[in-house]
Amino acid sequence: MADVMKDRITDIGPPKYDTMWPDVIKENYGKWLYHEELEPGVLKHVSETGTNLFTVRIAATRLMTTLHMRDLAAIADEFCDGYLRFTTRNNVEFMVTDEGKLKALKAKLKADGHLIGGTGAGITNIVHTQGWVHCHTPAIDASGIVKAVMDELAEYFHDKRLPAKVRISLACCLNMCGAVHCSDISILGVHRKPPLVEHDRLLNVCEIPTTIAACPTAAIKPYNFEEEGKKVKSVQVNNERCMFCGNCYTMCPAMPLADPDGDGVALWVGGKVSNARSMPMFSKLAVPYLPNTPPRWPETVEHVKKMVKVYADNARPFERMGEWIQRIGWEQWFKLTGFEFTTHHIDDYRFAMTTWRNSTQFRFTE
Amino acid sequence: MPLTHKTPLLDELEKGPWPSFVKDLKRAAIEGNSDTANDLLGQLELSYKQKVGHWKHGGIVGVFGYGGGVIGRYSDVPQMFPAVEHFHTMRINQPASKFYSSKALRTLSDIWDKHGSKITNMHGSTGDIIFLGCRTEALEPCFADLTAAGFDLGGSGSALRTPSCCVGKARCEWACIDTQDICYSLTMTYQDEMHRPAWPYKFKFKISGCPNDCVAAIARADCSIIGTWRDDIRVNQAEVKKYAEAGLDIQQHIVGLCPTKCITYENGQISIDNKNCTRCMHCINVMPKALRPGTDTGATILIGAKAPILEGAQMSAVVIPFMKMDGSAEEIEDQYRELKDFIEKLWDWWDEEGKNRERTGELIQRLGYRAFLEAVELEPLPQMIKEPRSNPYIFFREEEVPGGWERNLEEYRARHQA
Repeated sequence: MADVMKDRITDIGPPKYDTMWPDVIKENYGKWLYHEELEPGVLKHVSETGTNLFTVRIAATRLMTTLHMRDLAAIADEFCDGYLRFTTRNNVEFMVTDEGKLKALKAKLKADGHLIGGTGAGITNIVHTQGWVHCHTPAIDASGIVKAVMDELAEYFHDKRLPAKVRISLACCLNMCGAVHCSDISILGVHRKPPLVEHDRLLNVCEIPTTIAACPTAAIKPYNFEEEGKKVKSVQVNNERCMFCGNCYTMCPAMPLADPDGDGVALWVGGKVSNARSMPMFSKLAVPYLPNTPPRWPETVEHVKKMVKVYADNARPFERMGEWIQRIGWEQWFKLTGFEFTTHHIDDYRFAMTTWRNSTQFRFTE
Repeated sequence: MPLTHKTPLLDELEKGPWPSFVKDLKRAAIEGNSDTANDLLGQLELSYKQKVGHWKHGGIVGVFGYGGGVIGRYSDVPQMFPAVEHFHTMRINQPASKFYSSKALRTLSDIWDKHGSKITNMHGSTGDIIFLGCRTEALEPCFADLTAAGFDLGGSGSALRTPSCCVGKARCEWACIDTQDICYSLTMTYQDEMHRPAWPYKFKFKISGCPNDCVAAIARADCSIIGTWRDDIRVNQAEVKKYAEAGLDIQQHIVGLCPTKCITYENGQISIDNKNCTRCMHCINVMPKALRPGTDTGATILIGAKAPILEGAQMSAVVIPFMKMDGSAEEIEDQYRELKDFIEKLWDWWDEEGKNRERTGELIQRLGYRAFLEAVELEPLPQMIKEPRSNPYIFFREEEVPGGWERNLEEYRARHQA
């Protein structure tokens, strides 16, 4: 311990942001005038200093090895004075000021098999969580579903355009690490079986009061019984009241929910975070359950593709998915997608009544 | 080293145009000699076969003096995959807006190759660099190498989570605030809050330079700081004309889509009723050469966003409509202090009143916006709401009513027979 504490450096925070800037960013910080999208994945920013900055964005996987990171660093050294940037959606951006270099950079990226794209009115990378790669509460994998979906939507990344941008996100359980509740399309891992209760282990690894308090529907109560002459203190779940949020498992490892047949995918649609035109919106339930089908989750992929296609065919220019659905109405959206409308789509949680239709205004779809 | 596990299911994810994480992991195993990558592929294949995860619940590990920044993780099938028996994550605070020198990326790679699995996330959802997979005994030496190289851990657990921001003024003409500097200032001021969890639950800052909100601050952050302006949109009529000539239907796609109908287009000229503009960014987004945000810029501060667990998802709500965020170094210091004073009042209240695992948004919902405003010593403003209450249940207070609430029952009954 003495060794570890000797000359210990703590609480230094991250490297200061400007130590990671190339000269062109230092010189033009706060001086940008406008930008253009030259093609999907290529932006041109023009500064009041007269500088033109070309950014080339490529697809990357959030799960990345240091071998891949070193490859990216080598490209930055060859073309970009040794600098690059990651975006909030796990893409990588290379920046050059010279059109000749831009051409060479694009050629190099393409030769190395990178996909250039992810800007403007298309589909960019899916933000996602850890899934089976690292998380202890997932209902689904994350990286694999993202790969399977983006393989089918890649043309919208590097080529085809849509009425507006479509942001897709994935969370592998209801904790939703990431803003999947405000995305054009979100893919969410759900459980459908109430927790198992390991009575013989529970008291050793869980606090009973906090476990009971963790349940939003008050479905958990104390359960004391005798087994082989031994008094056992544990909890009991009222399965009818369980909404499969998994919060009990977060508090208490002796209450696992995951199950191959119970778990799967729910799809959500029509959220956004931008304030452009309309205010930010939550995503709404599109499909309550699809089976968990590794390695390529064909049902999930098909439903996501269908949502994108119907939107591409019907929305007006600049309309985000949620704005378009608001205009045409949910009843028409279900008709257009052919997705089944079920009782699961009608809210029955905290603010359910605010989502019911208190009006005679609707469209007939039969 | 050769691959040690057959992975027929994962092999399917090597096909197709999108970059493949399976290919990358195999490369780390084969070229990088990472036995952790090898066994991770094996365990992941098992999950793909069985349709369930194989990580144990929790595990408290960390570095001395910190209460977070490391997520403990253990395999529940270590006999099959010994190299992922321990598979702990380190969260490393990213440089604001995620620019990197290749030198820094190589330094990070060297450190992780030495102590861990060679596997990372660039980046985690909150914004950290994630080092994915190491043994408990590797944590201290890895931390020592990281801090020696100028990097530090980010937040986890019931603490301040690593603040993050958009690209800001570094490469965006719409940034109304210096997102990276605000992010850095908050991060440095609150190192203790980040590294030593002491709150009811997590707290997140996210900073976006304009209302397009590229870091999704309004959906994710307990405190969302979003750039805006309060003077007029700058218009370049010559460029408006060029957009029209290039085929943009200004009447339909600019005027027609303006949410407050504050734009008119006549004789090839645009005019904006700026008093009625709500700064949604649509017209500026579509015509960036012709329209620019105003120059009297600052931030709108919103409070309380979170994902659904427990009470349902919430978005942030306006609490300070405008806070100036630029000027001389001294002025900026004062403005940041004002922001931090507000935040610290919020934290004190939440610390006092918050229940275990209650986010600030849920606390405000439970105790009411009035209690929140009193705690942070701010006055109510119509900008805070979409509409006033429609229910009649007003919690009037005794001091608002003449004579207070104490009344004489005998006097009442003298006037009213029972």
